[in-house]
Amino acid sequence: MKLVILDTADSVGVWAAKYVMKRINDFKPGPNKYFVLGLPTGSTPLGMYKKLIEFHKAGKVSFEFVKTFNMDEYVGIPRDHPESYHYFMWNNFFKHINIDPKNAHILDGNAKDLLAECQQFETMIREAGGVELFIGGIGPDGHIAFNEPGSSLVSRTRVKTLAQDTLEANARFFDNDMSKVPKQALTVGVGTVMDSKEVMILITGAHKAFALYKAIEEGVNHMWTVSAFQQHPNTLMLCDEDATLELRVKTVKYFKGILRDVHEKMIGEEAELNVQ
Amino acid sequence: MSQNELLQFVNCRLVRNHQLVLEDLWVRNGKIINPEPVFFDEKQQAHRQIDCGNSIIAPGYIELQINGGYGVDFSHDVDTVAEGIEKVAKELITNGVTSFCPTIVTSPPETYRKIIPQVNGKTKGAQVLGLHLEGPFISPQKKGAHPENCIRDIDKGIDTLVDTYSNLSNVKIITIAPEKDPEGTVTKALTQMGITVSLGHSVANLSQGEVGVQSGARLITHLFNAMLPFHHRDPGLVGLLASNNIPPGQEIYFGIIADGVHTHPAALRIAHRTHPNGLILVTDAIAALGLGDGKHHLGQLELEVRDGKAYIAGTNTLCGSIAPLDTCVRIFKKATNCSTVYAIECATLHPASCLKITETKGTLNFGADADFVMLTDDLFVKSTWISGKCVYRYTVEELAALKARPIEQLCECI
Repeated sequence: MKLVILDTADSVGVWAAKYVMKRINDFKPGPNKYFVLGLPTGSTPLGMYKKLIEFHKAGKVSFEFVKTFNMDEYVGIPRDHPESYHYFMWNNFFKHINIDPKNAHILDGNAKDLLAECQQFETMIREAGGVELFIGGIGPDGHIAFNEPGSSLVSRTRVKTLAQDTLEANARFFDNDMSKVPKQALTVGVGTVMDSKEVMILITGAHKAFALYKAIEEGVNHMWTVSAFQQHPNTLMLCDEDATLELRVKTVKYFKGILRDVHEKMIGEEAELNVQ
Repeated sequence: MSQNELLQFVNCRLVRNHQLVLEDLWVRNGKIINPEPVFFDEKQQAHRQIDCGNSIIAPGYIELQINGGYGVDFSHDVDTVAEGIEKVAKELITNGVTSFCPTIVTSPPETYRKIIPQVNGKTKGAQVLGLHLEGPFISPQKKGAHPENCIRDIDKGIDTLVDTYSNLSNVKIITIAPEKDPEGTVTKALTQMGITVSLGHSVANLSQGEVGVQSGARLITHLFNAMLPFHHRDPGLVGLLASNNIPPGQEIYFGIIADGVHTHPAALRIAHRTHPNGLILVTDAIAALGLGDGKHHLGQLELEVRDGKAYIAGTNTLCGSIAPLDTCVRIFKKATNCSTVYAIECATLHPASCLKITETKGTLNFGADADFVMLTDDLFVKSTWISGKCVYRYTVEELAALKARPIEQLCECI
């Protein structure tokens, strides 16, 4: 596992975008060779999307031969609801890039048969050849996608009932009215993400510091589902300084020490400590 | 553009929700569409992408008061009014105007009888929204350039209007002096018919104006011109801008001529600061609009165009406005130092709201007609589009020549 520690949340977004761009371009996708990307929503990846749009508009990266699979979606809220992940993806990414709509996949939380929808999603990922790079964020309780504490670490895409904590945290997005907060979501499983060739997890802010500590300094534990990725052969954690507050000095120093040598090469840049 | 062709205008900024947004404009079958269902439901990409070169895309300009232009006088050239409207419609697109209300000044009943049936919405240029009948129920004391012998009283209520005009089917706006309809009954009847009543050419005091508004009038004809000057004890029709007797939920709009000549920049600023949401830019242009410098014979009138202004030939007497609407937008922006978006809205959203046609005109909202203009950052028209088709486009050289016209010097003087 790699941990890249950057100064600020902004530089995490820029670094992530540069990394995604480099991975796509190095892959040299074409009509018979699609790059398959797993995508998150939320405030953490927003900076990455903004930067990717900028790179796309500047002609540096094309999404013509990219397929995307989103991690999750609420059940039963309209697609144009500002909290819907369709709404997020459309407004913050898809409408600004040249992806073919046929290649952009988001779980449909309004599908008649939710179980079938989840199974079909797994099938589509498999038929696309698996995910090349799955990008995720995590919650303060260490959940990845909607795999909340206690989720099986070999889970697949499924309907998930949300924890009380999550409902309460979400109430502010639904007029502070608990009755309006979606109680269920569709989500890829931890196992689904584990199958990807590479996993990149973005963690920013002091409120995520304890989760990061649990993710990398403690053992694999289904109460902190993100910790499962310690056992993935190719996991990249990307965080800002604030998110390292609960880590040991030793851990931070170790990973910061290799930043200059290794991590900057990962985005095709030499010895540039602070990414602008 | 073939049936169902999906157009995506890229590399542009849209005037939407009172701001400039960095978004693409999607058009299909002459309408602006929401690309979200196209993406998620139809899973379709655009058939054609059009690079807008970082232009501002604004709704097409809407002109509520224009007496003619390009040598045509709608009220004078009665027998050929349909051809006249067609000619002006084709020229107005060069000013970014995509729909307009040809305006007929006070005329004898025969004139109305001849003109009104000839008007229908279809042209090869800017669309006709309906006529603006300015008179004849106006005050002789504020007749302006209207012929006094044709001015009439309303003695039989709405029947007088039916008798005078004979046909109201293609009429969108009627300018009435509110003192001619003291009870507001005619205003109410017209409003119910879907005709916008505009108050003007009047010596009405404020309360007479308020009766008009309470009866449904939504517009004031060329504010400050042809009405009593503002007086602090009797503010007259101008006072409607700050009246607290406007029924709740009703907006009073006012046309204003921002040609740099007919309304002083300070008066523009007063109107703008008093009631920004009601401000509508109109040209009130005469037949000399679009004609070059020199002498022109228009009807019985001999006039002379010098330095972007029209004079009665051989005199220094101004005889009407000849500034195109896009020039008025620029002059207005300069005079009031307002935002680019607001200046545009004064020629798009506001007139459309006044006529209650914002579902289709005056916005770039989903479902609206794809009538729009591409503008430079300093609000010069680069191209004009109607129903998703480009109807006029300036070359780079033409645009440069345009900026060098004498009329643009008026902008500089503000």
